[in-house]
Amino acid sequence: MSLTLDEVKHIAHLARLELSAEELELYRQQLSSILDHVAQLDELDTADVEPLTSVLAEQSELRVDEPGQALPLDKLLGNAPDTDRDQFKVPPILD
Amino acid sequence: MGDFTNLTLIEARDALRQGDFSSRQLTQAYLDRITAIDKGIKAYLTVLSDEVLQAADEADRRLQAGEELPLLGVPLAIKDLLTIEGVRTTCASRILENFDPAYTATAVQRLLDAGAIVLGKTNMDEFAMGSSTENSAYQTTHNPWDVERVPGGTSGGSAAAVAARLAPAALGTDTGGSVRQPASFCGVTGLKPTYGRISRYGLIAFGSSLDSVGPIGHTAEDVALLFSLMAGHDPRDATSMDKTVPDMQLTETNSIKGLRVGVPKEYFIKGIQPEVESAVRAAIAELEAQGAEIVEVSLPHTQYAVPVYYIIAPAEASANLARFDGVRYGLRVESDDYIDMFKQTRGQGFGPEVKRRIMLGTYALSAGYYDAYYGQAQKVRRLIQDDFIQAFEQVDVIATPVAPTTAFRIGEHSDDPLEMYLQDIFTLPGSLAGVPGLAFPVGFDENNLPIGMQLIGPHFGEAKLFEAAHVYQQATDWHQQQPQLNISK
Amino acid sequence: MTKYQPVIGLEIHAVLETRSKMFDDAPVVDSTHGAPNIAVSPVSAGMPGVLPVINQRAVEYALRVALALDCEIALTSIFERKSYFYPDLPKGYQISQYQHPLARNGELTIHTSQGEQVVRIRRVHIEEDTGKLTHVEEDGENYSLVDLNRAGVPLLEIVTEPDLHSVEAVRAYAYGLRAVLRYLGVNSGNLEKGLLRIEPNISLRPKGSEEMGTRTEIKNLNSFRTLERALSYEIERQTEVLNSGGDIRQQTLGWNEAEQVTVPQRSKEEAEDYRYFPEPDLPPLVLEQSWVDEIRAGLPELPYTKQQRFVQQYQLKQGRAALLVEDQAVAEFFEAAMGAAQDIEARLVANWITGDLFSHMNDSGEDIEDLKLKPANLGTLVQLVSSGEINQPTAKGVLAEMLGSGRSPAEIIEEHGLGQISDTGQIEAMVSEVLAANPDELAEYHAGKEQLAQWFFGQVMRTAQGQANPQLLRMELERQLSESKQ
Repeated sequence: MSLTLDEVKHIAHLARLELSAEELELYRQQLSSILDHVAQLDELDTADVEPLTSVLAEQSELRVDEPGQALPLDKLLGNAPDTDRDQFKVPPILD
Repeated sequence: MGDFTNLTLIEARDALRQGDFSSRQLTQAYLDRITAIDKGIKAYLTVLSDEVLQAADEADRRLQAGEELPLLGVPLAIKDLLTIEGVRTTCASRILENFDPAYTATAVQRLLDAGAIVLGKTNMDEFAMGSSTENSAYQTTHNPWDVERVPGGTSGGSAAAVAARLAPAALGTDTGGSVRQPASFCGVTGLKPTYGRISRYGLIAFGSSLDSVGPIGHTAEDVALLFSLMAGHDPRDATSMDKTVPDMQLTETNSIKGLRVGVPKEYFIKGIQPEVESAVRAAIAELEAQGAEIVEVSLPHTQYAVPVYYIIAPAEASANLARFDGVRYGLRVESDDYIDMFKQTRGQGFGPEVKRRIMLGTYALSAGYYDAYYGQAQKVRRLIQDDFIQAFEQVDVIATPVAPTTAFRIGEHSDDPLEMYLQDIFTLPGSLAGVPGLAFPVGFDENNLPIGMQLIGPHFGEAKLFEAAHVYQQATDWHQQQPQLNISK
Repeated sequence: MTKYQPVIGLEIHAVLETRSKMFDDAPVVDSTHGAPNIAVSPVSAGMPGVLPVINQRAVEYALRVALALDCEIALTSIFERKSYFYPDLPKGYQISQYQHPLARNGELTIHTSQGEQVVRIRRVHIEEDTGKLTHVEEDGENYSLVDLNRAGVPLLEIVTEPDLHSVEAVRAYAYGLRAVLRYLGVNSGNLEKGLLRIEPNISLRPKGSEEMGTRTEIKNLNSFRTLERALSYEIERQTEVLNSGGDIRQQTLGWNEAEQVTVPQRSKEEAEDYRYFPEPDLPPLVLEQSWVDEIRAGLPELPYTKQQRFVQQYQLKQGRAALLVEDQAVAEFFEAAMGAAQDIEARLVANWITGDLFSHMNDSGEDIEDLKLKPANLGTLVQLVSSGEINQPTAKGVLAEMLGSGRSPAEIIEEHGLGQISDTGQIEAMVSEVLAANPDELAEYHAGKEQLAQWFFGQVMRTAQGQANPQLLRMELERQLSESKQ
């Protein structure tokens, strides 16, 4: 499975990763090689197999609707790179 | 420096209870050893010198008052993937260089509630992605048995710390083998429990359906104690199972007579280092000598574990790591455009292996590819799980090597990711199936590098694993060997 | 006459008004006012290492809605991760449902000028809300702020088939669904506060055609009024485009209130690839059939059913019945008023409620449950007017006093001597008096100025302080006027 450079750029965009030209080419090769290895999964007939979406638990346990403690502002914002007016500050979002 | 650091976890705990020495003395001994040795091993990312001594003093007060918590005053090392409130947690990544969590991982909290104290946070492969601890953004950890070699990964820091006696025991995490393989490379004992046995709350997620907290120690007894203190349902983790945690009684009188030990032919393939195979076979023979019945079994889908894992784990990781966007915590690379801010932050903050897996996972989930990759992988995963379920109808435990080789040299596999992935071939199937696996030392190769064996059990079958390993460790002394370390003064 | 038929589907997000969030126990607060970031936990902040746990009441509320909409319930449904990057989405993915939603194939019946219509519901599923972004421009700086109070609040997404073909139908559906949600106690229906969000998608096709045209969708409509206006505008716009031979571009639109036009939202370079996959942190949502049955059995009589019953049982017009059932408390008030008195015309009670009572409630801001006026007293009041004991204008005054004091009509009428004068003797005397006191006007009347009859009527009524029985008065006045011709 050989990925094209355009495909790799598209994936990098979907994943919001800024990659250099060298990185793009390196990943292109490495991902292609990994996907080649992964292709052996096609050998198996899985038509009647249920995907293993939940490893062991058969159902979710539900939580009673009781509000708990919210994080105090200093804990919530304490790791933030930039804040203003008790909110996370980011570059302008215009859409 | 006394002999305190030669004690196992349980020995140290008992000695503290008896008043043979204080927690402060014990803790100071470890801190001294860390100061002397760790620059050569680089097991720790953060050492909590002041905090742990304060905690030791507090523990001493309680010991003197007669309190008898299971781990009172015993220091531990914790992998830097598990959060502790107020303690910098990095996941060995630049993107979390100064992250201060507001919450402690449940597994760690349970040990703290049992009286344990924390020496520090250990090194790992960035975001638990790797097999050697070479992917840390901060430092490479060295194998105490040969510092030119890797300790294994991703819990390399924790395994090396225990092997080099820089902590009596440690917590690691295991997603595809990340406790078992470093345990094997470092000559210590490590458990990947049944998926869902120990809460994942506070375990920074890589592969959510695979991640497990795993204790590492010198003996099966030590590991069993840590396991029993951490295991059990957590309402904050919807995947944590509500199953009774076995009350392990490991003494001299345990017996494995009649235990059916399966030996899967798919695990004894060409390409394994011959000494690894012979040590493991010898260990199996020892189990037989102790009364076990050896049965050949087959796990026919074993070979597909690597491709299945390297679709599912990166797919889950690509979503788990999307939260690292520079908005609320962690590194931010400033920009006038928010999309550019995301891309630069993540591009610079993540290391190459992390980026590679995010890309792989994103691709596997992307439009048009889901069925072929992720969908198919989840189905084959079911087949792999079924292999184990069926095998356990015939046997009680399954014995396998942990890794195809002993510890490899630093730099040996870093050029070819796929080669590195193939190192996990014996640990991945168990991870995918969610079954427990216990790794413990069974010999050394001609370079005096440890060789480990893995016992795999059915879901919730940890008790039999501990018992078998314990019986083995009563009859052998591989686990008591210590690396020769040059202690710089 | 347009040759195109609008084809409209609605995607509605309704906040499930629980006390804690969908996947964690952070409290739910009104995120449209008050301090930011005071209702956030590590889970709703998307911090590293945290995990979601499903809110039971949110599931219960979701089931109520799905059952009220007659959906097929999936006893096992799956949560999935919907991945995209945005500053108000803490985890970089939203936990939602995709391939295996909670419910499918339901319906909601509406009534419009075209009659009754069944609108098909394609699916109902549960998801979590995002945080809120605010844009700031000041001192030359240009930036945005993220408030996570709303992040993680439970949302129910309800999607119709494109079965709506007019703005009227959309309105009926939107109001109808809102009424259902309010009856079920899961959502208070406030669009302005974003508790209910309506996103129409709309295309046109030639009348009679079965093919679907290219559609646009409209977001960020924060009132029923803008919903209707935006839709009307968009229908016109698409009509013009098609009429001039152009093509409709598939796009997401917003509504520009100032210009009163739809405008494309900033175009995203490519359609989002959400890379859905099952949420590994949440095992399947498995429901006991017995719980589902219990919830179904506990559903109240729903608005549309109640509306049709009112039409049948009380002979009300659809429109009036619709007004009464929109709010369950109003419907109950109406029926309590009807139940309190014998043989009163429902139409009259309905008129009092939708007229005077609603007007009063608009002014005072009260809900009908808060009124001092008790339903039984309204019933009695209507009875008193019907029996002629008081007249309509008097009744209005009595009503106003009842609203202020909560006292019964009988008390008020008694106290103020407001009983309508229906005694023929009294009326005869009053008419005589007025005619006698105004001989000039009487002469003018007989000379041909017939409109003076109305003036005489007013004069007698004034003498009677408004309390004369108007029908009796009119009859007596006519009689005396004709007799006085001699």
